[in-house]
Amino acid sequence: MDWKALSIALGSMAGIGAVLGIVLAWGSKRFFVKVDERVEQVEAILPGVNCGACGFPGCSGYAEAIVTSEATMTLCSPGGAECAHDIARIMGAEVEAVEPKYALTACQGGNVPNRFDYSGVHDCRAAVVPGMGGGIKHCTYGCIGYGTCARACPFGAITMNDKQMPVIDEEKCTGCGRCVEVCPRDLNRIDRESRTVFVLCTSHDKGAVTNKICDHGCIACKKCEQECPFDAIHVIDNLAVIDYEKCKLCGKCVDVCPKGVIVNLRKERRARKQARETAAKEATT
Amino acid sequence: MAFLKTFKGGVHPPDHKQLSKDAAITEAMVPELLTVPMAQHIGKPAQPVVKVTDEVKRGQVIGESQGFVSANVHSPVSGKVKRITECNTPLGTKTQAILIENDGQDTWAEGCNVESNPENLTPKEIRSRIADAGIVGMGGATFPTHVKLSPPEGKTIDTVLLNGVECEPYLTSDYRLMLESPDTIVKGLQLVMRAVNCNNGYIGVEANKPDAFKIMEKTCKELSSSDARLAAVMLEVKYPQGGEKQLIEAVLNREVPSGRLPMDIGALVQNVGSSHAIYQACYLNRPLTERIVAVTGEAVAEPANLLARIGTPIGDLLRHCRFDEEKAVKLICGGPMMGLAHFDLEMPVNKGMSGLLALTDASDWDFRHCIRCGRCVDGCAAHLLPSELSIIGESGRFLDAEEANVMDCIECGACTYVCPARRPIVQWIKLAKQEIMKERLRKAEQAKAV
Repeated sequence: MDWKALSIALGSMAGIGAVLGIVLAWGSKRFFVKVDERVEQVEAILPGVNCGACGFPGCSGYAEAIVTSEATMTLCSPGGAECAHDIARIMGAEVEAVEPKYALTACQGGNVPNRFDYSGVHDCRAAVVPGMGGGIKHCTYGCIGYGTCARACPFGAITMNDKQMPVIDEEKCTGCGRCVEVCPRDLNRIDRESRTVFVLCTSHDKGAVTNKICDHGCIACKKCEQECPFDAIHVIDNLAVIDYEKCKLCGKCVDVCPKGVIVNLRKERRARKQARETAAKEATT
Repeated sequence: MAFLKTFKGGVHPPDHKQLSKDAAITEAMVPELLTVPMAQHIGKPAQPVVKVTDEVKRGQVIGESQGFVSANVHSPVSGKVKRITECNTPLGTKTQAILIENDGQDTWAEGCNVESNPENLTPKEIRSRIADAGIVGMGGATFPTHVKLSPPEGKTIDTVLLNGVECEPYLTSDYRLMLESPDTIVKGLQLVMRAVNCNNGYIGVEANKPDAFKIMEKTCKELSSSDARLAAVMLEVKYPQGGEKQLIEAVLNREVPSGRLPMDIGALVQNVGSSHAIYQACYLNRPLTERIVAVTGEAVAEPANLLARIGTPIGDLLRHCRFDEEKAVKLICGGPMMGLAHFDLEMPVNKGMSGLLALTDASDWDFRHCIRCGRCVDGCAAHLLPSELSIIGESGRFLDAEEANVMDCIECGACTYVCPARRPIVQWIKLAKQEIMKERLRKAEQAKAV
């Protein structure tokens, strides 16, 4: 073996390594950027799903925004109250209690008949591109039923039922709003837990038309309008709309609606809230 | 044999034109009740200017153009306004529509249907005549013609191309028009050339219509002069030879740069049907109230080329041609490659409906994964990678599609036609385009808010 050639190679490699090492060591000291360690701590607390509900590019972007006081601490809806509380501890600040938010689909029209056969891409957004007929169903306002929202949900909270309608599991839903973004009919909405009365229809078709094609569509009969003691619900352009400024969530409109368009989720939500609170109490004791 | 002019890419679908190519243009029966949609063009829908129970005359403006990129809508018959309601349109949207009860008199409105000599009209006057007559691109794109004829300051047009290619299978309406009324087409072309102040005019005709080519060539020769040089050009039979950018590439050997318009390279393309309508507007003062529709397909017993009033329900035209409702499985407005499938027989004819097809064979889109065979890449007339675009669209990475130049796609459907995995490529491309447009709108709004 040629030891001389080998030693030259080894020696020169070691020399280059040593020089570069020194340069790097000097560089890392010279160009050191001080990262606020709170950014890393906050990022560790955030759920890490990068859903974008806070309006920042991913969890790390939001963490940075919190530390630089660009954003408030309560914007992470998947993390909820617990997350906001932990962030506040790191930041040495107090936060008000965050109320959970849930998504809701404003359509119950699973039985609406079809207008034509469709054999294209099974994606709601693709079904409404110009010229694709605007969805297979007779109602051009309601759910198309190809489950784009279910596929978009990062928490698996949306499933499609046998009528091809999305069902939202509020146990899993964090109110991040991904389903709102992808729905081409703008049917999904995010609202806080305590708001429990909703009109689950968006059809502006005339009452007679809606009556013919949908079992659960607003027919603009105005019974809710007459019944409401607070003047909080009105039929505007053939659709009942609740004015939440005035609404006291009494649920009288729910009882008179002949089509079951208006729903009150108070009972279920109260039960779930109680269960959650008892679980939290047990955890602390 | 000399090589015929053409573009790079393209496919060869069977043309099926023999069904209706020998049927001379006949007038369709005018129905009792016509539904005139307010959105028959790209741009803002027209606004109704008549009220229920108003008497209207044929050619009277019933929908007024809203802004520059919009078009007037005229009453196709004389009669009474019955209702203002909504209807489905061949563009696949719902729009406001005026229902007119036909009185059978067909009285023209004042000043309409009067012969005049447009020799002394200035370019501006020609443009305003065209705008008043509500003329839009009659090949199917329905882009308002007066907008195309008004290039912005600093851009000059040196060549006008008339599109007599009709590369879509089945369609024969432009072909019949070229055979039966070559003079009006060429005179219309001369008007367009005067409106944009240029001396070169070509008419592109595919080689599968030699009789139409011959007659256009003859007429061009007769009407050609030293300050308006006219010629007919025979082009190779290939789809989409009639695409605006493809026609320019074939005839002038110029390529429209990505994201730009034909006017940026000095070219202007008009359909022969639009040219005919321009002739009627300037020589006869007739607004656009009727068009030729090729009613054909295997489920139609007597295929025909019908001169139909705008607003005639498509069901009437199909029944006129003895259409077999049992046999038909698919109804298409336009050609089979780019046309849209429809379900509503009450839907009215609009300004852009070149064909009405009742087909007996509807493919089922039981699609598979892309096998990267590259047939779509060879066939793509816009020189894109449809296979990549379809995969990007399928996985929902729409912004990546923008980088892959999806916005340059002309949606001709050649890729989908040749795909052996039966992938609905164009639908994914349309989806990606739609999402990109939404994103751009969102960004613009954000920028405005800041």
